[in-house]
Amino acid sequence: MKKLALIETKLFLREPIAIFFAVALPVVLLLALGMSIPGFRDPDPTRGGERFVDAAFPSVIVLLSVATLAFSVLPTTLVIYRERGVLRRMATTPVRPTALLTVQLAINAATATLATVLALGVGHVLLDVPVPRMFAAFLGMFVLGGAALFAIGLFLTAVVPTARAMQAIGSAVFFPMMFLAGLWLPRDLMPEVLRRVSDITPTGAYGAALRDTMAGHAPSLLHVGVLVAWAALAGGAAVRLFRWQ
Amino acid sequence: MSETSVISVQHLHKVYGSRVAVSDVSFSVDEGEIFGIVGRNGAGKTTTVECVAGLRTPDSGSVHVAAAKAEIGVQLQDAALPDKLKAGEAIDLYASFYGTSPEGLLDEVGVPPDVAFAKLSGGQRQRLSIALALVGRPKIAIFDELTTGLDPQARRDTWDLISKVRERGVTVLLVTHFMEEIERLCDRVAVLAAGEVAALDTPAGLIARAGGLVTATFRTAYPDLLRALPEVASVRVEGALVTVTGGAGLLKAIVTAVPDIDDLRTERTTLDDAFLTLTGEES
Repeated sequence: MKKLALIETKLFLREPIAIFFAVALPVVLLLALGMSIPGFRDPDPTRGGERFVDAAFPSVIVLLSVATLAFSVLPTTLVIYRERGVLRRMATTPVRPTALLTVQLAINAATATLATVLALGVGHVLLDVPVPRMFAAFLGMFVLGGAALFAIGLFLTAVVPTARAMQAIGSAVFFPMMFLAGLWLPRDLMPEVLRRVSDITPTGAYGAALRDTMAGHAPSLLHVGVLVAWAALAGGAAVRLFRWQ
Repeated sequence: MSETSVISVQHLHKVYGSRVAVSDVSFSVDEGEIFGIVGRNGAGKTTTVECVAGLRTPDSGSVHVAAAKAEIGVQLQDAALPDKLKAGEAIDLYASFYGTSPEGLLDEVGVPPDVAFAKLSGGQRQRLSIALALVGRPKIAIFDELTTGLDPQARRDTWDLISKVRERGVTVLLVTHFMEEIERLCDRVAVLAAGEVAALDTPAGLIARAGGLVTATFRTAYPDLLRALPEVASVRVEGALVTVTGGAGLLKAIVTAVPDIDDLRTERTTLDDAFLTLTGEES
């Protein structure tokens, strides 16, 4: 298991594109937009003087990392492993292929954590992004939302047969999900109906819960409930539907 | 299961949905033997060995293997590795699964350790697959379509490797559709057809069973005249070309019966002919 974790980590590091989109791009976006657009750094009197770069923007940046890993990197890797018979070959050895799934999930979760620490750390130094004010609640929401998104990634792995289909379906899930989470149109500016929809999507609820806890508010029960429901439903369906070949 | 047999399959039956993959297959393999399984596509070869390897559960019948899972090494048809995994890393990883040492194994199969899987040639990939199946020091090795897609030289190198595997006392179950592979390697062969064992014998026994026959190929406009002859066992027509097999007196009977023989060639029965006869040729 140690050897498997070591080798899968090496293989993960040999895919620069995944690391670029999941780790580097979010940090670059946070800095480039945060430093170049003046309005992002102006205190907003309607929100008690909170700046856009204090919570609303970095929460979407964290979400971008986790969603890239959960909707694209993890399921694509696992579907390729199944499609090419890597899991089938492993099933002939004394080690169960479940070990490979566990290791991949752990590597992606670790990368999501690393990307978050990096984005918020660099943001803290260069943009004065505050340390999340409700720190324990922020950690709890980070983990819960991560569980919901990775559960959806595993569900996609279970139902999408080929890597080619996975790329198309991964994008078809990723872009609307990121739109509803407020990547292009912040949730504050969304029409009421759209925000209601956003509230019950996994990414919308995740982004809102991260933002609330970063800004020092308790997460809304609605968002917590939505994330628990997505994690349970998608995770349960993934376990029922997964096939090794 | 007899005293010397290490694999015993009795009345194996396996269904996928409404399709019967294996209807009724029985055979046993002795310790140290190379046992071949041949048959056309869809005859049930892969399903049979996957049941022996413990990857599938039979719907009925029994499979007994006198080895623990860690003592069975398996090379599967179309099982690749991640593109960027190097051969040396793959063998180390698989050795760790069994708690063994991969010492010297890559050298022995002639695969460079620092080359990524995507950059290995087809022959190197197959030899790496063999090494991965052997890295756990198995008592039983199962190889499914080991040489399909290889060039003739790579195929011969692979056969040499399998012969070496046998010299270590490993029992080998080999799925193939190359008759030359069977003749070179196998002690005994089960011929599968439509999910059943059509014949089980040594390669020489299979040829003899096909009758010590003579095969004659020629052109004629009257193939129908041949079917009525008692000396003729089978007739295959491909355009104007006719292939006839039969026992003693075949040639004399043909020449007497058919008025327009042209381009006549004759051959002794080969394993190929035996295979076609045993699996039911189209005429």
